[in-house]
Amino acid sequence: MIKRSNWSIPYFIFLILFVVMPLVLVAVFAFQDGSGRFTLANITRFFTDKDALATFALSIEIAIENTALCILIGYPVAWILSNKKYNHSTVTIILFILPMWINALMRTLATAELFNMLDFNLGKGTLLYGMVYDYLPFMIYPIYNILNKMDKSYAEAAEDLGANPWQVFWKVTFPLSIPGVASGILMVFMPTVSTFAISEFLTNGKIKLFGTIIQENINSSMWNYGAALSLVMLIIIGITTLFSHKEEENMEEGLI
Amino acid sequence: MANQDVIIDIRHLSKSYGDKKVLDDINFQIRKGEFITLLGPSGCGKTTTLRIIAGFVEASDGEVLLEGSDISGIPPYKRPFNTVFQRYALFPHLDVYDNVAFGLKLRNLPEERIDQLVRRALKLVSMSDYESRDVDSLSGGQQQRVAIARALVNKPQVLLLDEPLAALDLKMRKDMQMELKEMHEKIGITFIYVTHDQEEALTLSDTIVVMNEGRIQQIGTPTEIYNEPQNEFVADFIGESNILNGTMVCDRKVNFIEHEFECVDEGFGENTPVDVVIRPEDIYIMSKLEGAQFTATVKSCTFKGVHYQMFVDTDKGYELMVQDYNAFEVGSTVGLFIKPFDIQVMRKPRTCNSFEGEIIDSTHVWILGESFECRETSLEPGTKVKVDVEFDKIDLQDHQEEGTVDGEVHFILYKGNHYHLTILTAHGDHIYVDTQDIWDKGDLVGINIAPEDLIITECND
Repeated sequence: MIKRSNWSIPYFIFLILFVVMPLVLVAVFAFQDGSGRFTLANITRFFTDKDALATFALSIEIAIENTALCILIGYPVAWILSNKKYNHSTVTIILFILPMWINALMRTLATAELFNMLDFNLGKGTLLYGMVYDYLPFMIYPIYNILNKMDKSYAEAAEDLGANPWQVFWKVTFPLSIPGVASGILMVFMPTVSTFAISEFLTNGKIKLFGTIIQENINSSMWNYGAALSLVMLIIIGITTLFSHKEEENMEEGLI
Repeated sequence: MANQDVIIDIRHLSKSYGDKKVLDDINFQIRKGEFITLLGPSGCGKTTTLRIIAGFVEASDGEVLLEGSDISGIPPYKRPFNTVFQRYALFPHLDVYDNVAFGLKLRNLPEERIDQLVRRALKLVSMSDYESRDVDSLSGGQQQRVAIARALVNKPQVLLLDEPLAALDLKMRKDMQMELKEMHEKIGITFIYVTHDQEEALTLSDTIVVMNEGRIQQIGTPTEIYNEPQNEFVADFIGESNILNGTMVCDRKVNFIEHEFECVDEGFGENTPVDVVIRPEDIYIMSKLEGAQFTATVKSCTFKGVHYQMFVDTDKGYELMVQDYNAFEVGSTVGLFIKPFDIQVMRKPRTCNSFEGEIIDSTHVWILGESFECRETSLEPGTKVKVDVEFDKIDLQDHQEEGTVDGEVHFILYKGNHYHLTILTAHGDHIYVDTQDIWDKGDLVGINIAPEDLIITECND
């Protein structure tokens, strides 16, 4: 007889092959020099390499700006979509999610062509445009979800207690929607740190992000340094994830 | 003319959602300091009425006057009312103290004043020790108390309560009922209470407004509603009752279950068909037969705690429910007696079905949104007619497709020896049916009427 726990074996193998092994390989390469000897040089090189550090700082800056823009644009959109008064059909919601069905690279290339055609100066502006365009749905959806599922009686109760619509939003609706904003941030911020395609196409390689230098190193067979950079990035992303997870748990507790 | 005591005056209130009319010409007044209950089954419009008063729903027609002035255009946050919601709607991101202080903080009161008022409100609902607790760590009853404190702390002119006890268990509900009543007496503000629980309404209210299908059925004190129901719906909905067909022979004399009884009602005319309501506790039951008005055989006897509930078959074959402190043996013959003032006589709202229709051709008539075969008529096609059908001449089929029209069993009334059903057709018409067959509420039925049972008369206008 096959035990039920055996059913998980294929998934276990999958995890080993495609998640654990690559991670181990990244770690191993990061601590080796070209001839396979143990070294910390790759890590120390990053922390002493002014260019790499500057690129890293820029990546974080761009990611923060992108995330902030996504919240500023995405929150009102999600709010309008979840409001029955303004939005009567699910079609509008699908329209906002629709771009996700098309490959991000394709959209980015198309956007770049559009800017070229219009003779736009490719730079930070176009980079942010492309990023917001790519990641906005990831911000809208979780916020929309939480607003849509929110018990309408909270807003009614606030109004009943004397809050005008503005106060209802800031004192009740917004605080209760923070878990949605948190998962939106998670879904936008982390991938933007490591993105490289968007910056390459939409700035013509003028602006280099952290993802770009990793890709360059690996492309030019400098696997060890590339792996070290990846490891640093992984650790930083890991820390932000842990941090926001904690935040989310706190919020969810409050929601039940 | 305006009564000084009236705080809220509801006039010709109607509300429709699309084609569906949920409120139809609601009129009533609420006096200052009154505990008024809107009572009815789910979907009767009681909650909609409350939400219109609170300002969350806009009426399609009619007005709500607060101390003589129309408040229709005023948003909820400017109305001097506060609501206790059915599922409390306590803010999960705030603790007990901040929930209660929510309304006060919006009014920018000084910190010390807020503190004082919040503590007083929490004390009123016996929740003083819970100030800094998370609201979701509280039990249902505790959440309820916080919700009441949160509403009362703002000193509303009227407190609106939307089925506030529905989520609590029976014991808790009874305790909270007493507390609410005490609170109402202590603070002296007007309470508007919505519930589907008739017992709760009878216990708490000064005035009950019984509603069904968007209309007011009766307004009165709990005793009036219980002892003198104005129609069969109220009689059936409030408490247990025997509802029977009867005939008013003359003043103070009524005939039902094929016996003649003395009663206290006058002014119905002679030989008028009426509905008679007798509460099961108002039928006197005894083992000796002399002195009894009629006899019956005990069919079943169930212990209900305080009393026994018995079903008896009368000598003329009617079934009655009787409640008494003594048990009577099943199968035994008993004598029964009803005192004149325990007999509640109601005018019948109708004595047969009456439909508006139009002649299609010499053998067909258009009623209830379908073509029905009828007896040969000489009326011209297109003539507007009134079609009457006796209650017992309507044939119900188990399968909808076997009927000319289909409908749903909407309301069932047992009348001692038959059932009186209200069928709601797919087109929204009501058909009333007398039948011996047992149907359940919500059953889907096909409706047929034999051609000879359609009594057609021409409309004059």
